[in-house]
Amino acid sequence: MAPLIDSSQATLSNEEILRYSRHLIMPEVTLEGQKKLKGARVLCVGTGGLGSPLALYLAAAGVGTLGLVDFDVVDYTNLQRQVLHHTSDVGRLKLDSAIDKLIAINPFVEIKRFDTYLSSQNALEIISGFDIIADGTDNFATRYLVNDACVLSGKPNVYASIFRFEGQASIFATEAGPCYRCLYPEPPPPGLVPSCAEGGVLGVLPGLLGVIQATEVIKLILGAGEPLIGRLLLVDALAMRFRELRVRKNPECPVCGANPTVKELIDYNQFCGIRGEESEASPSAKIPEIQPEELKRRLDAQEDIFVLDVREPHEYQIVNIKGHLIPLGDLPTRVHELDSSREIVVHCKSGARSAKAVDFLRKSGFKRAANLTGGILAWADRIDRSLPKY
Amino acid sequence: MSIKVLIPTPLRPYAGKQSIIEVNAQTVGEALSDLVARHPDLRKHLFSEDGKLRSFVNVYLNDEDIRYLNKDATPVKETDTVTIVPSVAGGR
Ligand SMILES: [Zn+2]
Repeated sequence: MAPLIDSSQATLSNEEILRYSRHLIMPEVTLEGQKKLKGARVLCVGTGGLGSPLALYLAAAGVGTLGLVDFDVVDYTNLQRQVLHHTSDVGRLKLDSAIDKLIAINPFVEIKRFDTYLSSQNALEIISGFDIIADGTDNFATRYLVNDACVLSGKPNVYASIFRFEGQASIFATEAGPCYRCLYPEPPPPGLVPSCAEGGVLGVLPGLLGVIQATEVIKLILGAGEPLIGRLLLVDALAMRFRELRVRKNPECPVCGANPTVKELIDYNQFCGIRGEESEASPSAKIPEIQPEELKRRLDAQEDIFVLDVREPHEYQIVNIKGHLIPLGDLPTRVHELDSSREIVVHCKSGARSAKAVDFLRKSGFKRAANLTGGILAWADRIDRSLPKY
Repeated sequence: MSIKVLIPTPLRPYAGKQSIIEVNAQTVGEALSDLVARHPDLRKHLFSEDGKLRSFVNVYLNDEDIRYLNKDATPVKETDTVTIVPSVAGGR
């Protein structure tokens, strides 16, 4: 592979030579390699779970220019895994929090901040200032956007994604290698694949995968070793097993193939079937809803309402409002536990699963089933603030 | 013959919470058919309504994508492993 980085302009001060001495004495890095790191410009898309270890290690290693793209604010549920952000950062912009930590680790790094959501309008321009892109985002629309922007710009996309205790990593969009669309031509329809917010994620997992991304970024910069090009690394942290699958460049790939049909960035929300926030709970269009305030008033008035909780038992353990528990997946086989003559209010965490449950119940003859708007989170916000949220 | 199918985390709830399922098959296609026969809830996650493998689900025989082998008709041996790898997007 031709060298990615022009290191001819980079020089290291005596202080930097001392700082990077454990690199400089390695034959795979040397002074030349450290100058390449200093000359390198890496864009981290996202400063969350994957972006945290990624940016921390790239900064520590001496990558000269780090770009950070994020628009999000630190919240309490981030702290279990997003190690860039501390408890005292809750409520701050992730960018502000990240930059403080990265500069504290290595003041020689130049940081470029992009306080924005990466979009089809800005992606090519943002990417143009960097040599390597590291994708640490968390949704399909942005994954495809980053991929296509990298292919169109001819920049490698160092990729990782995570779910619960499993992760995937690879390098896409190099000149000879495959791209993300070669691996997965199309995204899943919304709702069929759970997100981390719904499915959960083991806190150390983004640590593992983000460090793998950082390793691959550094190898690309140095031109050392065997890059993870054309290989999909599967990490199962629960079994602690690493496997590798082949990823081939698809000659018919719509973006990197011989006759591409995607020649500019498209509308990725549309491509991924997302139309606004309601997509998660799409059946709710025809599903009767009840507001938490109304449910509270009617329960207080001793009206005959059966509250059904369709979350998982471990969620019930965290917090419940004494509903009858039947997890959504068990509903078809346990529906006989319910009385179709009674009014049933179904809830889950935030309203998406219970909407599916109400849809199912109504089709099964439970004409008096309704969905609690906003789930137990809305209940905790609006009715009983003593309840924990998760 | 009996071969192993590895089930990824997101699909385990539809496969009796198992990570490895033994199926009887001569080809990859038969392995997937036997799998969804044993665990019918998996069907809609693996196949579209017209019975085609969904485009965000990849199936590998050992380390090779079956799209680059003989697809469904790819023969399997006793020692082979079929791996299902759906796309996941999580990162935050
Ligand atoms: Zn491609």
